[in-house]
Amino acid sequence: MQKRLACLVLALVLIVGGIAGAERAAEQIVRFNIGAEPETLDPAKSTGVPEARIELNVFEGLTRLDENDMPQPAIAESWEISEDGLRYVFHLRKSQWSNGDPVTAHDFEYAWKRALAPETASQYAYQLFYIKNGEAYNAGEITDPSLVGVRAVDDYTLEVELEAPTAYFLSLAAFPTLMPVNRKVVEADPEGWFLKPETYVGNGPFKVTKWVHNSYLELEKNPLYWDADSVILDKLVATTIESEDTELVMFETGQLDITNTVSRPEIPRLEREGLLKVVPNLGTYYYIFNCEVEPLNDPRVRKALSMAIDREAITEYVTRAGEIPAFAFVPPGIPDAKPGEDFREVGGDLIEENVEKAKALLAEAGYPDGKGFPTLNILYNTMDMHKAIAEVIQEFWKKNLNIDVRLMNQEWGVYLNSRDEGDFEIARAGWIGDYVDPMTFMDMHVKDGGNNDSNWSDPEHDRLIQLAKSSNDPAVRMQAMHEAEAILMDQLPVMPIYYYVEAFLEKDYVKDVIYSSLGFIDFKYAWVAKH
Amino acid sequence: MILVLWVIATVTFVLMNIIPGGPFASEKPLPEAVKRNIEARYRLNDPLWKRYVDYMGNLIRWDLGPSFKYEGRTVNDIINSGFPVSAILGVTSVALALLLGIPAGILAALKQNKWPDTLAMLAATVGVSVPSFIMATFLMYIFAYKLRWFPAALWGRPSQVVLPALALAGFPAAFFARLTRASMLEVLGEDFIRTAHAKGLSTTAVIMRHALKCALIPVFTYLGPLLAQIMTGSFVIEKIFAIPGLGQHYVTSIYNRDYTVILGVTIFYSTLLVTLNFLVDLGYVLLDPRIKLTEPSS
Amino acid sequence: MIMQEELFLPLPKEEAPERVMRPSTTYWQDAWRRLRQNRGAMAGLAVIVLICLFAIVGPYLSPYSYSDQSLIRANRPPSNTNWLGTDNLGRDIATRLMYGARISLAIGVFASLINLTIGVVYGGIAGFFGGRVDNVMMRVVDILYGIPSLLYIILLMVVLGPGFGNILIAIGLTEWLSMARIVRGQILSMREQDFALAARCLGASRWRILFRHLIPNSVGPIIVTATLTIPQAIFLEAFLSFIGLGVSAPMASWGVLASDGLAGIRSYPWQLLAPAIAISITMLAFNFLGDGLRDALDPRLRS
Repeated sequence: MQKRLACLVLALVLIVGGIAGAERAAEQIVRFNIGAEPETLDPAKSTGVPEARIELNVFEGLTRLDENDMPQPAIAESWEISEDGLRYVFHLRKSQWSNGDPVTAHDFEYAWKRALAPETASQYAYQLFYIKNGEAYNAGEITDPSLVGVRAVDDYTLEVELEAPTAYFLSLAAFPTLMPVNRKVVEADPEGWFLKPETYVGNGPFKVTKWVHNSYLELEKNPLYWDADSVILDKLVATTIESEDTELVMFETGQLDITNTVSRPEIPRLEREGLLKVVPNLGTYYYIFNCEVEPLNDPRVRKALSMAIDREAITEYVTRAGEIPAFAFVPPGIPDAKPGEDFREVGGDLIEENVEKAKALLAEAGYPDGKGFPTLNILYNTMDMHKAIAEVIQEFWKKNLNIDVRLMNQEWGVYLNSRDEGDFEIARAGWIGDYVDPMTFMDMHVKDGGNNDSNWSDPEHDRLIQLAKSSNDPAVRMQAMHEAEAILMDQLPVMPIYYYVEAFLEKDYVKDVIYSSLGFIDFKYAWVAKH
Repeated sequence: MILVLWVIATVTFVLMNIIPGGPFASEKPLPEAVKRNIEARYRLNDPLWKRYVDYMGNLIRWDLGPSFKYEGRTVNDIINSGFPVSAILGVTSVALALLLGIPAGILAALKQNKWPDTLAMLAATVGVSVPSFIMATFLMYIFAYKLRWFPAALWGRPSQVVLPALALAGFPAAFFARLTRASMLEVLGEDFIRTAHAKGLSTTAVIMRHALKCALIPVFTYLGPLLAQIMTGSFVIEKIFAIPGLGQHYVTSIYNRDYTVILGVTIFYSTLLVTLNFLVDLGYVLLDPRIKLTEPSS
Repeated sequence: MIMQEELFLPLPKEEAPERVMRPSTTYWQDAWRRLRQNRGAMAGLAVIVLICLFAIVGPYLSPYSYSDQSLIRANRPPSNTNWLGTDNLGRDIATRLMYGARISLAIGVFASLINLTIGVVYGGIAGFFGGRVDNVMMRVVDILYGIPSLLYIILLMVVLGPGFGNILIAIGLTEWLSMARIVRGQILSMREQDFALAARCLGASRWRILFRHLIPNSVGPIIVTATLTIPQAIFLEAFLSFIGLGVSAPMASWGVLASDGLAGIRSYPWQLLAPAIAISITMLAFNFLGDGLRDALDPRLRS
């Protein structure tokens, strides 16, 4: 009886303790690592993930992505979309800039036209090419900005016209390039307004208070944010540490709460200790075959090579962070036409692994048991992981097909150049989606596409992509893209290997941070539990 | 001297423009229109000779231009904020290396083939064969991770200087110790040392006043380029300890093909180097009365 | 008086004239003799020979090759089957170390020789002739110091591609500069000394003075610098393979093995320790040998 009572008391203590453990800590500070010095914090011009991780917390666009990467009303309270999907009218809420100015539809119009203006020379201007005349204005074909399809009807109504129906436009509206900027501040110092905390005026949940270049940034809660009541954190510290090893030591010694990435060899240990956090990332790791080079111009050879590797072994023993073996090109995590369905699940696996078939295909192509097969090069940019993957694939091809390949690594800039010039046989590549729609993975393989390094093309495939681009009907679009992907995976100018995930470390007392599959981190609702 | 800097600037300008890749290359190639706008803005579409002439014109006014990679920041900016940090770290670690290396070398030479010599040279050997990036990881592992005596990274407090300075000092300290020992042994065998002894000077006086001066010449020679190199920052150490110095910028700018930063920092570094080497040459004459910098008299 | 024939007989010829000198030995014979007497140096030499044997013969004795993978046996600690454990792809570290030794030792030694030759000749000439010659030559060194080596290494990579000879070219281009400066400093301090003057009075040519008198007299710092460039070259090679100029994977030099092992220092320390210890032992051996050589080659210590 007494024992039982003791157990009960113990259980009670544990429960109460457990609840107390979920209470808020007195100090609401999160220190996270963005992994590199931001190249710019001007949302119109930034391109990288480290920059977006700051901007997303300092600015707010028309929409904001929720934990499922779905756009939710933000500065826009509501919107209407025309039947044909070409015209959007956004109704803005009354909100303020961090310097007290009102945020109006004019700020959006100004920001978007500024990002498109040729003299701004924004690398991500193409995120706005969906807007009517956006591309023409950027290319200098029209010079009158009033022809661009964005217009402030009044202070709180924004009208947008698109070139073609764009199903994912509401997601794009949450993207840094489409965030508003404060005209007065920007025009006062167009080149340097974002460098100084005093002039770096935003409209998001936080504001930058300090920027020590190549070291860290400090952000504080923005009391003028329209939804400031939902923001719990008082302060964010964003370090710019590049070394995986250093951030690990800082994490384990309590100098850091969230890391940018994790050193692969340490994964098993950290997983055991429960510190590893893995979130899906919208991206595919693949090899490109140069389809103009003998014998890779033969689809049977490409298929044989793809069939003869063991993707599961690669994700389990080499990448180790929970990556998903890829048996098609478009990664999971993108909705299909019907609500609740995933594009990948609907499409299913499109390629298979089968060593016997691979041997047969290779023999059919004229290389029985690998005889006469020339020694090809695998090109990769220098990085431990790319090297390990290439070494494993080299071994699979040797063992399963009896063919030799050489590995060749190049420094990043040289590697990009080789790929661009088609000066390779097989090259490693990775593609991270720009928005949550299959199109961001599918439109890169069209003939003469800027990202089509394989020199492959197929008229039927191109026709399907064009169809998907011009249609407003989700069912038609998705069907066309499924068919196009089937052609791509039958011809295999690219050999998918795995779908990316983002692996990093997070202290268990950091709660409710939203990690997007596009690499963004949102601290709006985050808080720190007592620890 | 100006001629040297001009040659360096010109060769660097040519080299960086012929290596493949550009400042705006990325895995996601840009649409043509966007590319044209960027080239126009950064004047990358001007012919090479024109860019060269423009750059040299600005260089005369010590205007090193805007960075291509870090929007809104000029190269002058980057040098002004990065160099002091690297210089503090560099001078600290060189001082540390001299303080450790030279006494160790003298001691080793005086006790040649006895245990202090063996010990010092063993330590020095380990010091040179362990490169700074392994040393840094190791120091961080022991003093920041295991013992938690010092913070692992970042910059600003004196405690944050200790580990990087130690990691950076390892190689030069070992180098100094070995060089000092070798040349000390040589000098000790010379006539003027014997003379000094014969005059009845105490051993300490002989070593301090006569032998050391000459023995330090190779150390001194090495000091010029070392200081220039270490003051502009060590890429590896700054990266590992997340220190906002110039070294990170220097190497990263080459990987990024950030042309203006490459050139600007190279020119800055070379100026420092040439100046320091000049001072070293002057120092020879002061250190060693036997040296004249002219043609040998015949 | 009877002429005694014996008186007129020549004395029996002596086998050889009386020795009034020690046997004439050349500089090099003498150096070798003294080197043999130095126990530390001989131990160093023995270790170097052993390591070379390990590099040349070892791979034939190992049941593994440098590229044999076994993913399920990845990251195993040292055991009976894998004496030094396995790496991230389950390859035998001991075997990889033996193959790596071939590359690293060759690079270390060749780089050091290139460095020695160019550096000593260049620095010697600059220091000896002084004045304008020195000025011009040292400014050329300054220029080469000033141009970021990464730039021409990338260029070399693009033009030449990976390969052993190309690594040597890259190292040769970058490493001789500090040697040249150190030699020049030494020569400057010595060329006015009595023994140089004496040699000149005896009519020795300038070149003879430089190469037979001044340079042998500054052999200490030269040898020290030369031995110290070996580990530098080994790690420079690791950096070059990062750029893409090194030997291509899966073959790996010691420097590459060490930098690969660094990432797992906490979980798999043996992956770093094995190459790091190999490099350190080699360095110790070279340093002992270097010290012995220094003593043996220094003309002032000649007895």
